[in-house]
Amino acid sequence: MKDILKALEADPKTTPDQLATMTGKSVTEIKQTIAKAEKDGTIVKYKTVINWPKAGEPEVDALIEVKVQPQKDFGFEAIAEQIYRFAEVRSAYLASGTYDLALIVTGKTMQDVATFVTHKLSPIDGVQGTATHFLMKRYKEDNVIYDDNDGIARLVITP
Amino acid sequence: MADKSHNFISRRAKNIPPSGIRKFFDLSEGVKDIISLGVGEPDYVTPWNISDAAISSIRKGHTMYTSNYGLLELRQELSRHLYKLYGVGYDPDKEIIVTSGASEALDIAMRAIIDPGDEVIVGDPTYVAYIPCITMPGGIPVPVPTCMDDDFEMKASEIEKRITPKTKAILLNNPNNPTGAVIKKDELLKIAALVKEHNLVVISDEIYDQLVYDGAHTCFASLPGMKTHTITIGGFSKSYAMTGWRVGYICAPDEIIEAIMKIHQYIMMCAPIMSQIGAIEALKNGDDTVAEMVADYNRRRRTIVAGLNNIGLECHDPKGAFYAFPSITSTGLTCDEFAEKLLVEQHVVVVPGTVFGQCGAGHVRCCYAVALPDIEEALVRMGRFVKKYGG
Repeated sequence: MKDILKALEADPKTTPDQLATMTGKSVTEIKQTIAKAEKDGTIVKYKTVINWPKAGEPEVDALIEVKVQPQKDFGFEAIAEQIYRFAEVRSAYLASGTYDLALIVTGKTMQDVATFVTHKLSPIDGVQGTATHFLMKRYKEDNVIYDDNDGIARLVITP
Repeated sequence: MADKSHNFISRRAKNIPPSGIRKFFDLSEGVKDIISLGVGEPDYVTPWNISDAAISSIRKGHTMYTSNYGLLELRQELSRHLYKLYGVGYDPDKEIIVTSGASEALDIAMRAIIDPGDEVIVGDPTYVAYIPCITMPGGIPVPVPTCMDDDFEMKASEIEKRITPKTKAILLNNPNNPTGAVIKKDELLKIAALVKEHNLVVISDEIYDQLVYDGAHTCFASLPGMKTHTITIGGFSKSYAMTGWRVGYICAPDEIIEAIMKIHQYIMMCAPIMSQIGAIEALKNGDDTVAEMVADYNRRRRTIVAGLNNIGLECHDPKGAFYAFPSITSTGLTCDEFAEKLLVEQHVVVVPGTVFGQCGAGHVRCCYAVALPDIEEALVRMGRFVKKYGG
C-alpha cells in the first residue's frame, strides 16, 4: 500500500500497469487498492504543481496571519470555514502561536490580494486582525525545489 | 610533452589497461537529450541533515586532520551499526579504519596482504578497480566465471577449482557491481568452509550492503569463524548517496588493521574530517532516509527488469545494488557495438559488459538509480533499437 501511494505521490500519472510492475502486485490488486484509497480519502486528490510565472501567467501569493475570536459551540471551525470557502484562499491552517489561522491567498496582482483582505476577510465578524506577508520568491513547493540547477551535472558514465 | 625516449612511465602503470568507458565521454559530448543508465552512483543528493552537519562543523572550525584511524565517534558509531545490522563486533579502537571511500580501502587492503606472485580469486564480471588493485602490488588475479543461468552468483564449487598453493585471498563483491547479484547465505557458508580449509583471507567489499531487495544482506565476517579471516570493506557512497564525500571504512582483526594502517597513514593520512562528521550523522539519523531510497530503487528495479525483458533483452532478477545486467545477444551485436550505437542513435548510455571482465561479454550494465520517467523513456528508445537490430 505504502509503495503504491509513494509512487503516486511522486507521479500521479503512473498507470496501474506501471504500478503493478514496480511493486510486483497484480493490476487488479493495484486497482482495488487505489479505488479503496480514493474512496476512504487516503488519496485526497491528484495534483499538478505548476510554475505559473514560467507559463507567463502572473501570480501573487501572500501568507496571511489571521487573529479570530472563536465562537461559542463552534470554536474556530465556523469562522475558519467562512474564510476558507473563498476561492482566493488556496490553503488554510489552524495554527498555534500568536495568531490563529494561516492562509495562503493567491491573486493575479498585489491589488487583488489587498482587495480580498480589505473587502472580504477583514469585515468578517470575529476577525480581529490580519497581517499580510507577500511571498516574494518560491523556493520549494510540495517537495519540489524550483530552479535547483547550478549547472553541475552528474557524469554520464562512471564505473 | 615529455620525450618518449626518457621512458618516464613505470611498467606497472603501463600495464594498467586503459578504461573501457573513456570513449563514451567523447561520444556523449554535446548530445542534448541523453539519458544515462551508465552511472555508478545514486541520483539522490545527500540527505540534507548529513550535509548540514558537515557544513556546521566547517563553520565551527573543524577543518584539521583527524586520527589516522578516523574520528573515534565515527568508529564507535560504525561498530554499533555493524553489530546492530549483522551481529559482528568490531573494536572501534583497534579494528576499524575510516578511509577515503571504499576505493582507498580496497587498495590499501590489497597492498597489506599481497606479495608478488600471490593469487587472488575474483569474480568475473567484476568491479573495474579490482584487477588493477590486485596487480599493482604484484598479485595475480584468478577470475571465477559467473553466468546469467546462476543469476551471476559466485559459486564455491567454481572457486574451489581455482585454489592452488599460491592462492592468498578471495575478493568478494556482495552485492555485485555490475550484475546486481547477491550471493546467498548457503553459498557464502560453502565459501567460508573453503576459506577455513585453505587458510585464505577474504576481502569482502560490501559497499552495497544496504541496497538489497529480497531478503537480508549477509556480512561475510558474521559467518562462524570468519571474522578472523575477513577484511570487511564498506562505505557511505551508495547507501547514503555520498559518492562525492569520499568516505568509507575497513574492518578487520587488529593484526591486519595494523598492517593496513602503516599504508593508510602515509598515503592518505586520514579521510576528510567534514566527510567523517557527515558520516556520523548518516549513521545516527539516516535509517529512515535509506529505507525510503531503497523502496524507491526497488520500484525502479522492477520497472527496468520487466521493461528489458519485454523489449527482448533477457535480464535476470538482480537482488542488490542498483544495476540490471541484461543480455544483448538477441541483437547480434557485441556489447561494445551495442553500447556505442545505442548512444549515437538513441542517446541512451549503458556500459558494455566487457569493461567488467570477459564474462560480461554479451551484456550491458544499466544503472537504475535514475528517475522513473527517464527509465521509461530509455526503455522506449532501447525497444526501438532492439527492433531495428534484432527484429
